[in-house]
Amino acid sequence: MNCTDLLSHLTDYFDEQLSVGLREEIRVHTSGCQHCKVVLDTTHQTIEVYKGNEIYEVSTELRERLHTAIMSKCLKK
Amino acid sequence: MPAIQSPVSEEVHPDVALVARAKAGDTAAFEQLVRQYERQIFRVAQHITQNREDAEDITQDAFLKAYEKLEQFQGNSKFSTWLVRIAVNESLMRLRKRKTSKTVSMDEDVQTEEGSIPRDFAEWRPNPEQQYNQAELGDILRKTIQGLPPGFRTVFTLRDIENLSTEETAEALGLSVPAVKSRLLRARLQLRERLSRYFRQKKEGQPA
Repeated sequence: MNCTDLLSHLTDYFDEQLSVGLREEIRVHTSGCQHCKVVLDTTHQTIEVYKGNEIYEVSTELRERLHTAIMSKCLKK
Repeated sequence: MPAIQSPVSEEVHPDVALVARAKAGDTAAFEQLVRQYERQIFRVAQHITQNREDAEDITQDAFLKAYEKLEQFQGNSKFSTWLVRIAVNESLMRLRKRKTSKTVSMDEDVQTEEGSIPRDFAEWRPNPEQQYNQAELGDILRKTIQGLPPGFRTVFTLRDIENLSTEETAEALGLSVPAVKSRLLRARLQLRERLSRYFRQKKEGQPA
Protein backbone atom coordinates (compact mmCIF):
# COMPACT_ATOMS: atom_id res chain seq x y z
CA MET A 1 0.00 0.00 0.00
CA ASN A 2 1.28 3.50 -0.84
CA CYS A 3 0.16 6.94 0.41
CA THR A 4 -2.38 7.42 -2.43
CA ASP A 5 -3.93 4.00 -1.78
CA LEU A 6 -4.26 4.88 1.89
CA LEU A 7 -6.12 8.10 1.10
CA SER A 8 -8.55 6.23 -1.15
CA HIS A 9 -9.43 3.90 1.74
CA LEU A 10 -9.72 6.60 4.38
CA THR A 11 -13.53 6.98 4.38
CA ASP A 12 -14.11 3.23 4.70
CA TYR A 13 -11.38 3.06 7.34
CA PHE A 14 -13.11 5.60 9.60
CA ASP A 15 -16.52 4.10 8.92
CA GLU A 16 -15.17 0.66 9.88
CA GLN A 17 -16.06 -0.77 6.50
CA LEU A 18 -12.62 -2.14 5.65
CA SER A 19 -11.61 -5.77 5.60
CA VAL A 20 -9.20 -7.01 8.26
CA GLY A 21 -6.56 -7.39 5.54
CA LEU A 22 -6.79 -3.77 4.39
CA ARG A 23 -6.77 -2.49 7.98
CA GLU A 24 -3.59 -4.44 8.55
CA GLU A 25 -2.06 -2.98 5.36
CA ILE A 26 -2.87 0.51 6.67
CA ARG A 27 -1.33 -0.31 10.04
CA VAL A 28 1.86 -1.56 8.37
CA HIS A 29 2.04 1.50 6.07
CA THR A 30 1.53 4.04 8.85
CA SER A 31 4.11 2.36 11.07
CA GLY A 32 6.68 3.34 8.44
CA CYS A 33 5.17 6.59 7.06
CA GLN A 34 5.01 9.47 9.52
CA HIS A 35 3.04 11.73 7.11
CA CYS A 36 0.25 9.19 6.68
CA LYS A 37 0.24 8.46 10.41
CA VAL A 38 -0.33 12.18 11.10
CA VAL A 39 -3.04 12.46 8.40
CA LEU A 40 -4.82 9.43 9.87
CA ASP A 41 -4.56 10.71 13.47
CA THR A 42 -5.53 14.31 12.76
CA THR A 43 -8.42 13.35 10.44
CA HIS A 44 -9.70 11.15 13.26
CA GLN A 45 -9.33 14.10 15.65
CA THR A 46 -11.18 16.34 13.16
CA ILE A 47 -14.19 14.02 13.19
CA GLU A 48 -14.09 13.60 16.97
CA VAL A 49 -13.77 17.31 17.78
CA TYR A 50 -16.89 18.07 15.72
CA LYS A 51 -18.79 15.14 17.21
CA GLY A 52 -17.84 16.19 20.73
CA ASN A 53 -18.71 19.88 20.52
CA GLU A 54 -22.20 21.04 19.64
CA ILE A 55 -21.38 24.25 17.82
CA TYR A 56 -24.95 25.39 17.26
CA GLU A 57 -26.69 24.99 20.56
CA VAL A 58 -30.46 25.12 20.60
CA SER A 59 -31.50 26.86 23.82
CA THR A 60 -34.74 25.89 25.59
CA GLU A 61 -36.12 29.33 24.76
CA LEU A 62 -35.36 28.95 21.04
CA ARG A 63 -36.73 25.42 20.99
CA GLU A 64 -40.00 26.47 22.61
CA ARG A 65 -40.39 29.41 20.24
CA LEU A 66 -39.73 27.15 17.25
CA HIS A 67 -42.07 24.48 18.51
CA THR A 68 -44.94 26.92 19.05
CA ALA A 69 -44.41 28.45 15.61
CA ILE A 70 -44.31 25.06 13.86
CA MET A 71 -47.44 23.75 15.55
CA SER A 72 -49.39 26.95 15.01
CA LYS A 73 -48.50 26.93 11.27
CA CYS A 74 -49.43 23.27 10.88
CA LEU A 75 -52.70 23.46 12.80
CA LYS A 76 -53.85 26.43 10.72
CA LYS A 77 -53.84 24.16 7.67
CA MET B 1 -47.99 -30.12 3.70
CA PRO B 2 -46.46 -26.71 3.47
CA ALA B 3 -43.78 -25.90 6.03
CA ILE B 4 -44.91 -23.50 8.70
CA GLN B 5 -42.84 -20.38 8.44
CA SER B 6 -41.72 -18.85 11.69
CA PRO B 7 -42.58 -15.16 11.91
CA VAL B 8 -39.70 -12.86 11.07
CA SER B 9 -39.12 -10.62 14.05
CA GLU B 10 -38.06 -7.38 12.43
CA GLU B 11 -37.80 -4.42 14.75
CA VAL B 12 -40.26 -1.70 13.78
CA HIS B 13 -39.08 1.87 14.28
CA PRO B 14 -41.31 3.67 16.82
CA ASP B 15 -41.83 6.52 14.31
CA VAL B 16 -43.84 4.18 12.08
CA ALA B 17 -46.74 4.09 14.55
CA LEU B 18 -46.52 7.85 15.18
CA VAL B 19 -46.58 8.59 11.46
CA ALA B 20 -49.58 6.28 10.98
CA ARG B 21 -51.45 8.06 13.77
CA ALA B 22 -50.49 11.48 12.38
CA LYS B 23 -51.72 10.45 8.93
CA ALA B 24 -55.04 9.52 10.53
CA GLY B 25 -55.33 13.07 11.88
CA ASP B 26 -53.85 12.65 15.35
CA THR B 27 -52.09 16.01 15.85
CA ALA B 28 -50.61 14.91 19.18
CA ALA B 29 -48.68 12.19 17.31
CA PHE B 30 -47.39 14.74 14.80
CA GLU B 31 -46.43 17.05 17.65
CA GLN B 32 -44.38 14.25 19.17
CA LEU B 33 -42.50 13.85 15.88
CA VAL B 34 -41.87 17.59 15.87
CA ARG B 35 -40.46 17.39 19.42
CA GLN B 36 -38.19 14.53 18.43
CA TYR B 37 -36.64 16.19 15.41
CA GLU B 38 -36.95 19.98 15.71
CA ARG B 39 -33.46 20.42 17.19
CA GLN B 40 -31.83 18.22 14.56
CA ILE B 41 -33.61 19.97 11.69
CA PHE B 42 -32.64 23.38 13.07
CA ARG B 43 -28.97 22.33 13.39
CA VAL B 44 -28.88 20.91 9.85
CA ALA B 45 -30.42 24.10 8.44
CA GLN B 46 -28.03 26.30 10.40
CA HIS B 47 -25.00 24.29 9.27
CA ILE B 48 -26.01 24.57 5.62
CA THR B 49 -27.16 28.21 5.59
CA GLN B 50 -24.83 29.50 8.34
CA ASN B 51 -27.61 31.85 9.31
CA ARG B 52 -29.75 31.59 12.41
CA GLU B 53 -32.83 33.44 11.11
CA ASP B 54 -32.83 31.37 7.93
CA ALA B 55 -32.48 28.19 10.00
CA GLU B 56 -35.51 29.15 12.11
CA ASP B 57 -37.62 29.81 9.00
CA ILE B 58 -36.44 26.62 7.31
CA THR B 59 -37.24 24.51 10.38
CA GLN B 60 -40.80 25.83 10.41
CA ASP B 61 -41.21 25.44 6.65
CA ALA B 62 -39.77 21.91 6.64
CA PHE B 63 -42.23 20.69 9.27
CA LEU B 64 -45.12 22.45 7.57
CA LYS B 65 -44.20 20.80 4.28
CA ALA B 66 -43.87 17.42 6.01
CA TYR B 67 -47.31 17.91 7.59
CA GLU B 68 -48.88 18.83 4.26
CA LYS B 69 -47.23 15.95 2.40
CA LEU B 70 -47.54 13.32 5.08
CA GLU B 71 -49.82 11.27 2.86
CA GLN B 72 -47.02 11.03 0.29
CA PHE B 73 -44.58 9.53 2.80
CA GLN B 74 -44.59 5.85 1.90
CA GLY B 75 -42.28 4.64 4.66
CA ASN B 76 -39.61 3.39 2.26
CA SER B 77 -37.08 5.37 4.26
CA LYS B 78 -37.02 6.48 7.88
CA PHE B 79 -39.31 9.41 8.66
CA SER B 80 -36.29 11.34 9.99
CA THR B 81 -34.36 10.84 6.71
CA TRP B 82 -37.37 12.06 4.72
CA LEU B 83 -37.60 15.11 6.99
CA VAL B 84 -33.87 15.86 6.68
CA ARG B 85 -34.22 15.66 2.89
CA ILE B 86 -36.97 18.30 2.98
CA ALA B 87 -34.85 20.52 5.24
CA VAL B 88 -31.74 20.14 3.04
CA ASN B 89 -33.74 21.10 -0.07
CA GLU B 90 -35.24 24.11 1.71
CA SER B 91 -31.78 25.15 2.92
CA LEU B 92 -30.17 24.87 -0.51
CA MET B 93 -33.06 26.85 -1.98
CA ARG B 94 -32.45 29.56 0.61
CA LEU B 95 -28.75 29.66 -0.30
CA ARG B 96 -29.67 29.96 -3.97
CA LYS B 97 -31.90 32.93 -3.21
CA ARG B 98 -29.07 34.59 -1.33
CA LYS B 99 -26.56 34.10 -4.15
CA THR B 100 -28.74 35.20 -7.06
CA SER B 101 -26.09 34.82 -9.75
CA LYS B 102 -24.71 31.45 -8.66
CA THR B 103 -26.37 28.06 -8.47
CA VAL B 104 -26.05 26.18 -5.23
CA SER B 105 -26.54 22.45 -5.46
CA MET B 106 -25.07 19.23 -4.20
CA ASP B 107 -23.13 19.02 -7.46
CA GLU B 108 -21.40 22.32 -7.02
CA ASP B 109 -17.76 22.48 -5.94
CA VAL B 110 -17.00 18.86 -6.68
CA GLN B 111 -14.40 19.91 -9.23
CA THR B 112 -12.27 21.71 -6.68
CA GLU B 113 -9.20 19.86 -5.54
CA GLU B 114 -8.49 22.30 -2.74
CA GLY B 115 -7.50 20.50 0.43
CA SER B 116 -7.90 17.05 -1.13
CA ILE B 117 -4.18 16.40 -1.01
CA PRO B 118 -2.78 16.68 2.52
CA ARG B 119 -0.12 19.32 2.92
CA ASP B 120 0.15 19.82 6.66
CA PHE B 121 1.89 17.00 8.48
CA ALA B 122 2.23 18.46 11.97
CA GLU B 123 0.75 16.52 14.87
CA TRP B 124 -1.93 18.15 17.01
CA ARG B 125 -0.39 18.46 20.43
CA PRO B 126 -1.66 19.07 22.98
CA ASN B 127 -5.11 18.09 21.77
CA PRO B 128 -7.61 20.85 20.73
CA GLU B 129 -9.57 20.69 24.01
CA GLN B 130 -6.35 21.29 25.95
CA GLN B 131 -5.22 24.14 23.70
CA TYR B 132 -8.44 26.17 23.76
CA ASN B 133 -11.34 26.78 26.11
CA GLN B 134 -14.82 25.73 24.98
CA ALA B 135 -15.87 29.14 23.66
CA GLU B 136 -12.66 29.58 21.65
CA LEU B 137 -12.90 26.05 20.33
CA GLY B 138 -16.53 26.63 19.30
CA ASP B 139 -15.49 29.75 17.37
CA ILE B 140 -12.70 27.89 15.57
CA LEU B 141 -14.96 24.97 14.63
CA ARG B 142 -17.72 27.30 13.39
CA LYS B 143 -15.33 29.45 11.37
CA THR B 144 -13.66 26.43 9.85
CA ILE B 145 -16.79 24.58 8.74
CA GLN B 146 -18.21 27.85 7.34
CA GLY B 147 -15.30 27.90 4.89
CA LEU B 148 -16.23 24.57 3.33
CA PRO B 149 -18.18 24.59 0.03
CA PRO B 150 -21.92 23.95 0.78
CA GLY B 151 -21.93 20.50 -0.85
CA PHE B 152 -19.10 19.23 1.33
CA ARG B 153 -20.41 21.00 4.44
CA THR B 154 -23.79 19.31 4.04
CA VAL B 155 -22.35 15.80 3.67
CA PHE B 156 -20.05 16.27 6.68
CA THR B 157 -22.93 17.66 8.77
CA LEU B 158 -25.27 14.75 8.08
CA ARG B 159 -22.68 12.01 8.33
CA ASP B 160 -20.29 13.14 11.06
CA ILE B 161 -22.30 15.62 13.13
CA GLU B 162 -25.82 14.21 12.90
CA ASN B 163 -24.61 10.59 12.66
CA LEU B 164 -26.73 9.54 9.69
CA SER B 165 -25.39 6.41 8.01
CA THR B 166 -23.76 6.71 4.60
CA GLU B 167 -26.89 5.18 3.01
CA GLU B 168 -29.23 7.57 4.87
CA THR B 169 -27.02 10.53 3.89
CA ALA B 170 -27.16 9.41 0.26
CA GLU B 171 -30.93 9.13 0.45
CA ALA B 172 -31.37 12.50 2.15
CA LEU B 173 -29.21 14.23 -0.46
CA GLY B 174 -30.31 12.33 -3.55
CA LEU B 175 -26.75 11.16 -4.16
CA SER B 176 -25.23 7.73 -4.75
CA VAL B 177 -23.30 6.05 -1.92
CA PRO B 178 -19.96 6.41 -3.77
CA ALA B 179 -20.67 10.13 -4.30
CA VAL B 180 -21.32 10.58 -0.56
CA LYS B 181 -18.10 8.73 0.29
CA SER B 182 -16.07 10.81 -2.11
CA ARG B 183 -17.47 14.12 -0.82
CA LEU B 184 -17.08 13.00 2.77
CA LEU B 185 -13.41 12.18 2.25
CA ARG B 186 -12.77 15.58 0.77
CA ALA B 187 -14.78 17.38 3.43
CA ARG B 188 -12.87 15.63 6.20
CA LEU B 189 -9.49 16.31 4.56
CA GLN B 190 -10.28 19.97 3.92
CA LEU B 191 -11.43 20.47 7.49
CA ARG B 192 -8.33 18.70 8.80
CA GLU B 193 -6.08 20.93 6.72
CA ARG B 194 -7.83 24.10 7.88
CA LEU B 195 -7.93 23.07 11.54
CA SER B 196 -4.21 22.27 11.44
CA ARG B 197 -3.56 26.00 11.28
CA TYR B 198 -4.97 26.26 14.81
CA PHE B 199 -4.10 22.91 16.35
CA ARG B 200 -0.69 22.03 14.89
CA GLN B 201 2.05 21.42 17.39
CA LYS B 202 4.00 24.62 17.91
CA LYS B 203 7.73 24.40 17.35
CA GLU B 204 10.08 25.34 20.21
CA GLY B 205 10.21 29.11 20.68
CA GLN B 206 7.30 29.71 18.28
CA PRO B 207 4.58 31.96 19.74
CA ALA B 208 1.24 30.25 20.31
